[in-house]
Amino acid sequence: MERFYTFLFVAGLGCFAIAFVLSMIFPWMSLGSYHGMEYKTLEDLAARPSVEFVELSKSYPQDFAQAFGSAEPTAAAFAEALQRGRDLYVGQACWHCHSQYVRPVANEDLRFGPVSVAQEYQNALAQPHLWGTRRVGPDLSREHGKRTNDWHVAHFINPKNVVANSVMPRYDFYFSFDADGRVRPSKDALSLITYVQWLGSESGRR
Amino acid sequence: MSSSIAVPLSAAGARDEAVPLVDYGLIRAHLYAAFACLALSMLAGFLYSLQFLGYYPFTEGRLAELLSPGHVRLMHTNLVAYGWLVNGFTGMLYYVVPRLTGERVLSRGLGTLIFWAWQLILVLAAVGYLLDHGQAIEWGETPTGFRPGTFELVYVPVDALVTVGAVLVILQFMVPLYRARHQKYYVTLWYFTAGLVWLALTYLMGNVLPEWVLPGASGAAVTGLFIHDLVGLYVTPMGWGLMYFFVPLILRKPIWSHSLSVIGFWALAFFYPLGGVHHFLLSPIPDYVEFGAISTTIAIEIVVTTVIVNFFMSLRGSWDKLRTSFALRWFYTGAVMYMITCFQCAFQTTWAFQEIIHFSDWVVGHAHMIMFGTFTFWVYGVIDWLWPRVTGRRWYSTSLRSWHYWLSAIGIVLMFTILTAGGLIAGYMQKDLNPWEQIIDAQAPFWLFRTVTGALLIIGMLCQAYNMVMTAKAGKPFEEEEAPAESPEPVA
Ligand code: HEC
Repeated sequence: MERFYTFLFVAGLGCFAIAFVLSMIFPWMSLGSYHGMEYKTLEDLAARPSVEFVELSKSYPQDFAQAFGSAEPTAAAFAEALQRGRDLYVGQACWHCHSQYVRPVANEDLRFGPVSVAQEYQNALAQPHLWGTRRVGPDLSREHGKRTNDWHVAHFINPKNVVANSVMPRYDFYFSFDADGRVRPSKDALSLITYVQWLGSESGRR
Repeated sequence: MSSSIAVPLSAAGARDEAVPLVDYGLIRAHLYAAFACLALSMLAGFLYSLQFLGYYPFTEGRLAELLSPGHVRLMHTNLVAYGWLVNGFTGMLYYVVPRLTGERVLSRGLGTLIFWAWQLILVLAAVGYLLDHGQAIEWGETPTGFRPGTFELVYVPVDALVTVGAVLVILQFMVPLYRARHQKYYVTLWYFTAGLVWLALTYLMGNVLPEWVLPGASGAAVTGLFIHDLVGLYVTPMGWGLMYFFVPLILRKPIWSHSLSVIGFWALAFFYPLGGVHHFLLSPIPDYVEFGAISTTIAIEIVVTTVIVNFFMSLRGSWDKLRTSFALRWFYTGAVMYMITCFQCAFQTTWAFQEIIHFSDWVVGHAHMIMFGTFTFWVYGVIDWLWPRVTGRRWYSTSLRSWHYWLSAIGIVLMFTILTAGGLIAGYMQKDLNPWEQIIDAQAPFWLFRTVTGALLIIGMLCQAYNMVMTAKAGKPFEEEEAPAESPEPVA
């Protein structure tokens, strides 16, 4: 028994396969079409530009037009902003300091909002999911509508602007300033705010 | 150098006497690279911890964007896994596999290729992180692929390169393992054979399925399994494989019980991967999947106990060796920490513990205990034993080795304690609905202490790095003075 092939096939392939079936195939089957959960593409999600996105286009028309090609907050521009925002959220590893799911314990529904359900992650912006495993900052999956765009601008430029003892890094490199001190958000800044403001808007919409 | 472990004398091993059985050059190269990665990784961890104290050094201009705390965090964990541990383990396989099988690895040229390809992959991955191309898969942030700068045609497919690298490593070592297929197979080789297969499967599964096939919660089940398998089905088998080789070698007697070795291996192979989903408990993943993961995680605890009992019973009658052998000290300190971490696992996998600790520094403490306290200690220990043999020189300074050991041991225990305590406090404060500002304030003293303990680990590592370089340069010649040890195989 204690031979090469035993360990190659039984342990190496066999045991791996059993675990793979149990922890991948099963959840995938019960989370997939079985319960009638449909998958939403980026275009589905971005069909209706959010109020926050529209507001960004009005507050920063010049920067907005420069970023998305026109001053009009179209569905295509919204999709682009969401995707870019998500990419930055991943690339800057925001997800190592923020979680994106609300658990049914520890009073999280009181602190953050409705407990997460599988359906809200069945879409292109949650692939791969960004649940995270550490909360240095709060959960962001119910961020939608919680703060104003202006709050986020002030916060990303320097979190200490709004929370004196914040340990969140500054993201002021996504902004520039006019000669008269006005904030000029870059495309990255607009996208990040759009994405953060979008988080959780799927939970109410079924 | 005489063989100090009973190597089965197969005809194949004696084919070409001109080529030595063990290639020390490759081992040396991998160990140097491993140490460089460790140093960089620890530096990154230290930098990241400064963010929590408000002293992060890079806050202006382009540097702030490139070396943002988020990017530095990616460097920290990925350099530990793919730089330090993979390089370290690969170097050690070059020693252990030929020794145990009596067969040379596939090819020296392939070894050189693997070495440089792997370091190139690490550099490309690092460039990817700095340019925002990390992938959203914990412990697998290695970019899928990216276009650096404005060269539209240049595409760097990092994940694919890692996969090719893993396959080359497997080829390199599976060939001697395959050639030994008719021999009685020692425990170390069980772990290595299975572990190499698992490495490739795990990496592919984790980096491909959630990215391209499985969205949301079903993808999360797989990323949970990936985090879990990378540690449990690659790092753990390599670690235990080394222990089953080096502990009997240094103790000069076989492992206490062969039956316990058998139980330990098969229970790891069977139960361990079933626990993957426990990284996302109380989540939208179906409850029955979570329950399966929780019960197998608790089962693992029993397995671990058998392995630990086996190793400590082997030490019976030889405790004094802990005083004379640094390597053994590293091994057994690591084993104690392994026991502590796994004991924790059995509890922290329950929903009751999860409620409080899941998103807190408790888990960070747990991860450091296993990745540093156990596996890094074991690699340190093997380096302590191997370095005089690959350089042919005695250790330059014994007191530096001592400093290295004590700073690391004390540092990691303190770091673990402080992170666990801070995590508990933050966890309860979250449940008690304290405002987030207060939760941050409460953790501040713990974060400060964490940075200090990190500094201890770094100073220890620097002692060792200096000692290694000076040994290679100026150590006295090393002779294997002791008589060859007995076979580590159980006496029937
Ligand atoms: C080092 C950890 C860390 C990183 C990295 C980090 N954050 Fe934060 N974040 C925090 C902390 C701590 C808070 C709570 C204090 C505050 O509001 O600044 C916070 C708060 C927030 C909030 C406000 C939540 C609310 O409504 O109270 C948002 C939005 C946010 N972060 C978004 C991001 C984004 C987007 C990124 C990546 C570009 C990011 N964070 C990166 C730690 C971090």
